[in-house]
Amino acid sequence: MHYILDAIDFVLQPWSYFIFSVIGFWAMIKYREKWTEPDFAVKILWVSIGFIIFSMVYSTHFRDIATLPDNVPIFLMVYGVGFFTWLSFRQAVVNDRRIAQGQPPVEKETSDKKVYVWPDLVYIEFIATIIGGVVLLIWSLCLHAPLEEAATPAWTPNPSKAPWYFLGLQEMLVYYDPWLAGVVFPTLIIIGLMAIPYIDKNPKGSGYYTFNERPFAIVPFLFGFFILWVTLIFLGTFMRGPGWNFFGPYENWDPHKVVVLNNVNLSEYVWVRILGIGLPTNWFLREIWGFLVIGFYLIGLPPLLTKKVPVLQELLEKLGVVRYGVLMFLMLLMAALPIKMVLRWVFNLKYIVGIPEFFFNI
Amino acid sequence: MLDKLKKMIAEKFADAPSPEAIKQNIAEGQIWKSIFRHGYPDTPRNRVMAVLSNVFLHLHPVKARHSGVKMSYTWCMGGLSFFLFLNLTVTGILLMFYYRPTAEYAYYDIVALREHVPLGIMREIHRWGAHAMVIAVWLHMFRVFMTGSYKPPREFNWVIGVVLLVLTLLLSFTGYLLPWDQLAMWAITVGTNMARATPFMGYEGPGASMIQIGGVHLVHGGSDIHFALLGGHFVSEATLIRFYVLHCVFVPIVAATLMAVHFWRVRKDGGISGPL
Repeated sequence: MHYILDAIDFVLQPWSYFIFSVIGFWAMIKYREKWTEPDFAVKILWVSIGFIIFSMVYSTHFRDIATLPDNVPIFLMVYGVGFFTWLSFRQAVVNDRRIAQGQPPVEKETSDKKVYVWPDLVYIEFIATIIGGVVLLIWSLCLHAPLEEAATPAWTPNPSKAPWYFLGLQEMLVYYDPWLAGVVFPTLIIIGLMAIPYIDKNPKGSGYYTFNERPFAIVPFLFGFFILWVTLIFLGTFMRGPGWNFFGPYENWDPHKVVVLNNVNLSEYVWVRILGIGLPTNWFLREIWGFLVIGFYLIGLPPLLTKKVPVLQELLEKLGVVRYGVLMFLMLLMAALPIKMVLRWVFNLKYIVGIPEFFFNI
Repeated sequence: MLDKLKKMIAEKFADAPSPEAIKQNIAEGQIWKSIFRHGYPDTPRNRVMAVLSNVFLHLHPVKARHSGVKMSYTWCMGGLSFFLFLNLTVTGILLMFYYRPTAEYAYYDIVALREHVPLGIMREIHRWGAHAMVIAVWLHMFRVFMTGSYKPPREFNWVIGVVLLVLTLLLSFTGYLLPWDQLAMWAITVGTNMARATPFMGYEGPGASMIQIGGVHLVHGGSDIHFALLGGHFVSEATLIRFYVLHCVFVPIVAATLMAVHFWRVRKDGGISGPL
């Protein structure tokens, strides 16, 4: 059995984990007609539960991490997100079939009918409250809240991890400096979420589940939520060990693991390796290539993409310049994380712009 | 013997009112009528009155779209988030009876809470409820997105919802420090280290060195946003009292206020969304 675990540890690396999750995401969108069938979905559920039981039984390391009290909610989160993804996609698929046949969505059949809130809504709330309360009570009776030794600044645990819901941000710190990963990107996530209703001008798909009527809204949102948030939390919990080094999910966390740190700045790539003339002393001249790349990415790329891709041109006409500009800016910054990941994995790229003099590293 | 007793009781209470009559009496008495100003809610009029004449229920409209009250549509996640918030408020107040936010007592008060308080699962309910609330809020947002419920006229309520999401995470994060154990201290250390790198406002952030008067730096380790957040250079007792006040007073008040706005706007923007 441990051969299987070793094989999984061997295959899973940050880059392969990311590729697998992107493939999974693509398959989820592409084959939504298939996996939303209740029979098929139940099979996926059993396979996943079986896999977790298998992991728990055969890997004491995985069991130790998975049963840490504060990691238990992660399973609730993963299965909650999984179930409700199924529920929303199931209803979207059913509605899309109906819409394709010229029928209104299922919700329309009962949306004109009004019911009395007492009792038709109040009893649902009442029952949900009771079930929620009972679940919380049982959870609290069965599992102690964690309490470690008293706080001391004298001993730093390794790894030191943020609370689980921030592990996606902590994972970003591998690829970007704290001013971006810890401050600018979170701020932009919040602003970007707030901007959604003002950017999405598609009048369809309001008040019912659908995919086909608004794929350009759903795919980026879910990519951000699933790939850049939920899977990174999972990775941060189970695959980041001492020194924030990457470990397979069943691999013991060796605090002495040696990782080659041979990351190179873009400036060094260009000035030293390609031009062979050494780094200029002036920081602006030294980082000129990085500034050009970033400038092109944020200023040159949007018009170029808009010109070349017909879909984007349509979008520009629909949204107007301001909305389209904001959308492009937010999308490019969202893409900046996976792009930097790939650059790191393929080229060992450390900083595109690296000016440690001013703490300005990108 | 038993038959005799039964007979005696029957005789004694022969002219006592029936249970129905007692019920009738109570329901028409002054006390009952002063509390509930309507009859049993089984007629349309009384159902309307049940919602309208109750301060808590009147958050709701009198009638709602049938499609909008279904669990498959709403997942009940917004309601559960609110339920968990109430739960956390109640258990949080109970925890405040036992907890002193000082470096000297905080950890041992938590130990005492676990070891000495009979049936003490208040901290468990509070902690797991907090985790559950984070998840419930995410799922609520997920549902609202998937049903396109942020679309006009509900744009602004989505914005308030995003703020509430951030406040939920902040509530959970500030509460994370309070047990004052190693888990708490270092999670908060990791989580707040980033503040040092805030552009212009953290001393390790880009642009901070530009803010100076006559060569004197205004943003340094003892004056930046990281210092303001922690009340010191690192997580210490000053941080504990700051996070305690934020967690127990400031953030809950802001969140509760915005929740009121959020719920009110649901009504004003046309109730739970549905197809046009």
